[in-house]
Amino acid sequence: MLFALFESSRSALASIYAHGLRSFLTTLGIVIGVASVIAVVSVTEGMSSFIGDTFASLGTNSLTIQSYTPFEDQMKGIRARLTPEDLELIERRVEGIASITPLLAASRSSQIKYGSQTAFSQIMGTTYAYQDVSQSYTQVGRFLAQSDNLTRRRIAVIGEKVRENLSLPENPVNEYVEIGGEWFKIVGMLEERGDIMGMMSLDDIVLVPYATMVSLQGNQTRTDIQIQLSLSESAEVEDVSQQLTILLRNAHNLRSDEDDDFRIQTAEQLMEELDQIISMVTIVVGGIVSISLLVGGIGIMNIMLVSVTERTREIGICKAIGAKRHHILMQFLIEALLLSLLGGILGLGIGFGLGTLISNAIPGFPSASIPLWSIALALGFSGFVGVLFGILPAAKAANLDPIDALRYE
Amino acid sequence: MALIELQGITKYYEMGSQVVKALDGIDIEVAKNDYLAFIGSSGSGKSTMLNILGCLDKPTEGMYHLNGKNVEVMDPNELSEIRNQEIGFIFQSFNLLPRANALANVMQPLIYRNIGLRQRKEMAMQALERVKLGDRVDHLPNQLSGGQRQRVAIARALVTNPSILLADEPTGNLDSRTTIEIMQLFDELHGEGHTLIIVTHEDEIAQHCHRVVEMKDGTIFNDSTVSSGSAKLTA
Repeated sequence: MLFALFESSRSALASIYAHGLRSFLTTLGIVIGVASVIAVVSVTEGMSSFIGDTFASLGTNSLTIQSYTPFEDQMKGIRARLTPEDLELIERRVEGIASITPLLAASRSSQIKYGSQTAFSQIMGTTYAYQDVSQSYTQVGRFLAQSDNLTRRRIAVIGEKVRENLSLPENPVNEYVEIGGEWFKIVGMLEERGDIMGMMSLDDIVLVPYATMVSLQGNQTRTDIQIQLSLSESAEVEDVSQQLTILLRNAHNLRSDEDDDFRIQTAEQLMEELDQIISMVTIVVGGIVSISLLVGGIGIMNIMLVSVTERTREIGICKAIGAKRHHILMQFLIEALLLSLLGGILGLGIGFGLGTLISNAIPGFPSASIPLWSIALALGFSGFVGVLFGILPAAKAANLDPIDALRYE
Repeated sequence: MALIELQGITKYYEMGSQVVKALDGIDIEVAKNDYLAFIGSSGSGKSTMLNILGCLDKPTEGMYHLNGKNVEVMDPNELSEIRNQEIGFIFQSFNLLPRANALANVMQPLIYRNIGLRQRKEMAMQALERVKLGDRVDHLPNQLSGGQRQRVAIARALVTNPSILLADEPTGNLDSRTTIEIMQLFDELHGEGHTLIIVTHEDEIAQHCHRVVEMKDGTIFNDSTVSSGSAKLTA
């Protein structure tokens, strides 16, 4: 059996080589299929390992609390809120918090102007504690101070990206920008933090004192803030989020059968969610691509059937001089298998090249990496396709009657 | 005991509603080292006879003993093995594998005997040297003349050391000079103890053999020994 396998592989390779161009075109479907699988996997794989790194640097001991309104309630015009009172309550009652800060996003306009330049940015009101919670520090100037909040000063700390967008000088401190019709003095610029996957910049941010932002908002009864907090070293994430849940449910007078009207998110959760999205994308794209592998397999079957017809006389000769059914079957099956495996290997190379090209073409994009399982999967699947679609032509060849085959012109 | 023994062999084909009797009760024995020709016009049943003798086809009825084995009860895989072990085919149109060179063509039947590459090469080289083609081993069939191709085919038939050499119009595609060459080769092989069965419609070829079996309408019409031995062929 092993002997026959070896001999069949030898003659299959000879046959593939003899029809070089045809063999290549036949297996092109497999090449393209495998190349797309590998390209997609290598890019998303690089992405998710990058996301892991990014979030690890953000720290796993911080929590974000946001109001949450189910879609049904949104339709009824009901909006859940987190209020400054909630913040005070948490500060007083929850144990294990190192620092805590409110975040209030600009609700009217996120437009910011400097001279004739206009840009849109993420404008948020927060306090000096933001620095500790989010681990972001200034590279020039200073951060927001407690006194800025008490006196509602019109000052701002900006990110690197905002400076770029507004064509501000290298050192933007003491320049004035216009936010929501008011003038703000820039007192500091944050250290550069890069971006997530080349899309979402972490440096496109403007921070103003929380109290200043509140006064700019006007209607105080609709204020909905976010709360960010970092835990003290001894505190457990689970324990703190439980305390928070109980406290906020009480404060919001929720009955036991009502759902939370807020969400507590940890950096880890966020990371898991992103990971989930990426694996979803991988699965969906993989599904689409496996259809192309299927089409590639049909292409192989088609050419193998043609090849059997073409070589009918040869098959007859081999049978006349003693080839048994399994000799012929094996030869054609192995030819289909090798054809599609070679396509798989070629696709692997092209796919990796493509992935590398994509990740290099987009600045800030993580570099592509192929996990071993995807190589095994791609080759395994293309081999499987080869065998699956090789069986029919091979069986057809093996079942030929020697007399008819010899007489075939 | 005879090498080949056929008793009451019939072969019927159904053509629509009609039954064609290609062979209609054949009894014949062939001894070892016989040099025999089947002769007859087209439609006489000699091709069917060749298929049955060559174990390419099974008779509808009757008994076929080849070298002590009952062939008529075998399944296709067993028949393949019998063809590989007992029969060396030589065809009118040579039937060489077009993409394999002379050596590979001669080695081919040995693959089905699970003989390793080195020994295959050795045996094939011997067979090719036997037919005086030792210097053409790496030529493809289309780089060889008709006579050379037929000699490659004869080498391929010889390499397995079969009980019988079965030739179907072996000189049908050859000119008269090459025909003489090939027939001389057959004579030599007969001299070395091989059993040769030739199917032909040419009287000249048949008369060259030692025994001539004439077929007509699927039956044996005449079975005679050529008294003078090998008649001389002339170009």
